[in-house]
Amino acid sequence: MSGHTDMTLVNDEGIRIDGRRCDEKRPIKIEAGVLKNADGSCYLEIGKNKVLCAVYGPRECRPRHLQDPTKAIIQCKYNMETYSVSDRKRPGTDRRSVEISKLISEALSNVVQVELFPRASIDVYIEILQANAGTRCAGLTAASVALADAGIPMRDLIPAIACGKADNHVVLDLNKEEDNFGQADVPLAIVPSTDEIVLLQMDGNMTREELDHGLDMAFGAAHEVYDMQKAALKKRYSEIEKKEGATDE
Amino acid sequence: MERKNARKAREIVTPGEVLADADECRPGDNAYELDGKIRAGIMGIKTYVQNAVSVIPLHGCYMPVTGDTVIGIIYDLGPSNWMVDINAPYPAPLHVSEVPWKVEFGDTSRFLSVGDVVLLKILMVDESRKIQVTMKDSGLRKIEGGQLVTIAHSKISRVIGKSGSMIQMLKNMTDCRVFVGQNGRIWVDGDEENVAVAVEAIKMIEAEAQLPNLSDRVENFIESRLPQSGEDEEDTDIPADREESQ
Repeated sequence: MSGHTDMTLVNDEGIRIDGRRCDEKRPIKIEAGVLKNADGSCYLEIGKNKVLCAVYGPRECRPRHLQDPTKAIIQCKYNMETYSVSDRKRPGTDRRSVEISKLISEALSNVVQVELFPRASIDVYIEILQANAGTRCAGLTAASVALADAGIPMRDLIPAIACGKADNHVVLDLNKEEDNFGQADVPLAIVPSTDEIVLLQMDGNMTREELDHGLDMAFGAAHEVYDMQKAALKKRYSEIEKKEGATDE
Repeated sequence: MERKNARKAREIVTPGEVLADADECRPGDNAYELDGKIRAGIMGIKTYVQNAVSVIPLHGCYMPVTGDTVIGIIYDLGPSNWMVDINAPYPAPLHVSEVPWKVEFGDTSRFLSVGDVVLLKILMVDESRKIQVTMKDSGLRKIEGGQLVTIAHSKISRVIGKSGSMIQMLKNMTDCRVFVGQNGRIWVDGDEENVAVAVEAIKMIEAEAQLPNLSDRVENFIESRLPQSGEDEEDTDIPADREESQ
């Protein structure tokens, strides 16, 4: 949104610079339970984004003044590695990571059954190993898989995906060039069982019709991401059974 | 992928997945009703109990329940209480009035110190999840010697087996004293070699908990590691340890 470029983001045939059509998302890979020492974990790749997420808890809430006597709190830490972007990212918390941590924690509070664990805290750590636009969606998608993997009671998983506008085309799942030089970026996260929206932001300008069209695409794509999340969680167990089943015969 | 196991009871479900129609059955543990559908509230194995459909969790932290017997580790001392780590999200204070000894005020360190392992019973858990534990019951004591194994608490029922069959087999075949805490901690004591095999067997139960014929697998495993057991220890003294029943 910030910069200007002579690059053609979407050509006359409706093909984007990475060869996708406007309604196509980047290839996704999700793996659950990748870290042994965390209670739950997830590794996720969407296009060139690489995200690692670890979940601990529910455990005793520290610092004590953050405790809520009626429910558990979700403490989320979103962090970009110094090597995640092309210039070195200055390490540590900044305005952007504080904002994203808060957004993700609030989105997750909608599905996690926090009232079962009063005074406790559930800690979510999201590490962005490689960034290429759409890391907040990737982080949230990974976090909900990691929470389910940790055996935390929750109503549903949360898939997240962005839509936006580039070169006057409404596009799905923006990549870095479209994010930087496009006209709008709209990340969306939903609860698939009810189609509730738990995260929606807009950076840039779109008309009402364009937004509606974009959200329609994003809703459809989010349901596809949801199926991948479920498959990733189940794959962990089918692999154990397959291996054991083979030794049985 | 779970189609291969034709048995309905072994299906793995993820949070939010539809388990059944609400007019067919009612939601059991870890399940909830939404718009006429019953959905899973946790990742686990779908099971039917009478006309309720529920989910048995695969992972998760231990939530203390009144009456559970647990194995705790002392991590802090107060003048009139000990703080015990029982593997739960909440601290568990053990008050001096709940131990079988007469303890003077400020004299707690003479009886239990940091790092000691104790068998405890959950006395009370209130709605804000404040826990009280006790050592005043038969069989509850400080544990010395032996080895402590920690496994996922959701797999504890597999270690015990149907009416204690698995744990009984483990005790008989390895000739170890075994005590199982509901919080996922297991204490094993006996001959060094035998303890090592028992610990490995427990780890194996944890890793393969969701597979069929678990007892046979464990039996074969112990037999392969301890060939002399089984025959000569068929009717030897069963350790007079307390049996966990659940």
